[in-house]
Amino acid sequence: MSEVMPDTEAYLAANPFGTEVQASEIVENFAFFDDWEDRYRFILDLSKQLPEMPDALKAPEHIIHGCQSQVWITHHSRDGRLYFVLDSDAHIVRGLIAIVLSALNARPAADILKADVDDLFAELDLIRHLSPTRGNGLRAMVARIRKIAATECEAH
Amino acid sequence: MAGLSSTARQDITALRQDFPILQQQFGRYPLTYLDSAATTQKPTAVIAALDNYYRTMNANVHRAAHQLSDRATAAFEGARDTVQQFVNAAHRHEIIWTRGTTEAINLVAQSWGRSQLRAGDEILISEMEHHANIVPWQMLCQETGARLQAIRVTPDGELDLAHFEQLLNERTALVAICHVSNTLGTINPVASIIAAAHDAGARVLLDGAQAVAHLPIDVQALDADFYAFSGHKLYGPTGIGVLYGKESLLDAMPPWQTGGEMIEQVTLAHTTFNQLPFKFEAGTPHIAGAIGLGAAIEYLSAIDPAALRAHEDALLARGTALLQQIDGLRLVGTAAQKIPVLSFLLEGGHPQDVGTLLDQQGIAVRAGHHCTMPLMQSLAIPGTVRASMSLYNNQDDLERLHQGLIKTRSFL
Repeated sequence: MSEVMPDTEAYLAANPFGTEVQASEIVENFAFFDDWEDRYRFILDLSKQLPEMPDALKAPEHIIHGCQSQVWITHHSRDGRLYFVLDSDAHIVRGLIAIVLSALNARPAADILKADVDDLFAELDLIRHLSPTRGNGLRAMVARIRKIAATECEAH
Repeated sequence: MAGLSSTARQDITALRQDFPILQQQFGRYPLTYLDSAATTQKPTAVIAALDNYYRTMNANVHRAAHQLSDRATAAFEGARDTVQQFVNAAHRHEIIWTRGTTEAINLVAQSWGRSQLRAGDEILISEMEHHANIVPWQMLCQETGARLQAIRVTPDGELDLAHFEQLLNERTALVAICHVSNTLGTINPVASIIAAAHDAGARVLLDGAQAVAHLPIDVQALDADFYAFSGHKLYGPTGIGVLYGKESLLDAMPPWQTGGEMIEQVTLAHTTFNQLPFKFEAGTPHIAGAIGLGAAIEYLSAIDPAALRAHEDALLARGTALLQQIDGLRLVGTAAQKIPVLSFLLEGGHPQDVGTLLDQQGIAVRAGHHCTMPLMQSLAIPGTVRASMSLYNNQDDLERLHQGLIKTRSFL
């Protein structure tokens, strides 16, 4: 299972998604899977590679509420790139967060706005998890990431 | 049971054939529908009633001068009679059509509550209530200065009756509780709660949403002041429900929604209101919905109640036993008297994870707080996975749930 990171720096250093692990690699891996069991085992493996957010950051102001699980988000701007600190109390959502981060993390804000996460999830046959009715916070999280990126673009 | 027709259907397992939606497959898995507490599936008799209404008798009710309207009105009012008999109300005009349980409770809160409650009065709910039986009372308390109190729930998921007695006093104006808990399946001892409440001078509203498909309802025997339920949890259509209220209470209540149908005479200067039940039925009703609900009640009433109860009790017992065999599974809600609802937690997995992995196997359950957040807070858990059963479920459904959970656990 993932370790709880003591602080943001530790999380950013330990999170491979968006830096060492890109969306294209995940898409390649998924191509090998025949059935749902393989896909979900892989998603749960990804969730184990995602470090756990520092407890101090799991504060009410960082929550994106979903009906069924909680998602927390904070972000940092560094050297013209946006880095996100993201977590959830549900393992599958954590795995999906890893996938989202592989496409949207550690990038300039303008690139984030150009990226199409819906396409990525459709390719992985996980689009149902992005459905607005799902209430797992994933869609709201992607919208929040875009909003943060948009704000960042406006500021520069 | 007295007066039972000799043709009452006793082979409950054969009834599954009446529900076309259950024949579906999801990939290589058959559909295992275990979410009846969220909404029930519909028998062909109900689907046919809806279809037949629109094909042969659709017209607005109560107003027109033509035969089609006569037919629609007769069917619509006939459904009201069916509901009256189903709950054993003294008068047909004590049956008010609403959109569902939520609207029924809101109607009582806004109409009865606002006209009756004063600052310092108390409303007694419980920690296990659905939000629909909490939020309208919270708002009412904010509007009137009344105070909301909540009966505690025991770790087994039963009402703490000692706490109820402590909270009940001469200031209590209303006790509003669920007949059956949607999250826990607990059947509450409502008859004795009503008797105690009446002794203290309080009225009682029962949220019957989860009860009506599983227990016989006799509002006169219970002496309930208000009883609310939804059609879609009783094998009927969505968008239709019932508020039962004692005639004397409904007569004294001011109208809630206003407009057409609920009026007697309208001038620009002044309007007088219609008599019961129409006083509380503004606008064109969900005519097809009411007729569909009537058909659902007729379908259910043709089934031997003892056989049905035995079937559901067996599902509860077998389901409980199967789940208890699973390592790391903890049942939530172990009251002595329950409908066939099984809420649980599986170690190593958030309820949402379990729900998703079961869903991949064609097993439909619900995961989350089930619109009972205060109960989750009281039990200090984030939510549960809930498998809820109904007359069309069988042992195969339970076996698939069991296997599905074992497979799910292998992921976590």
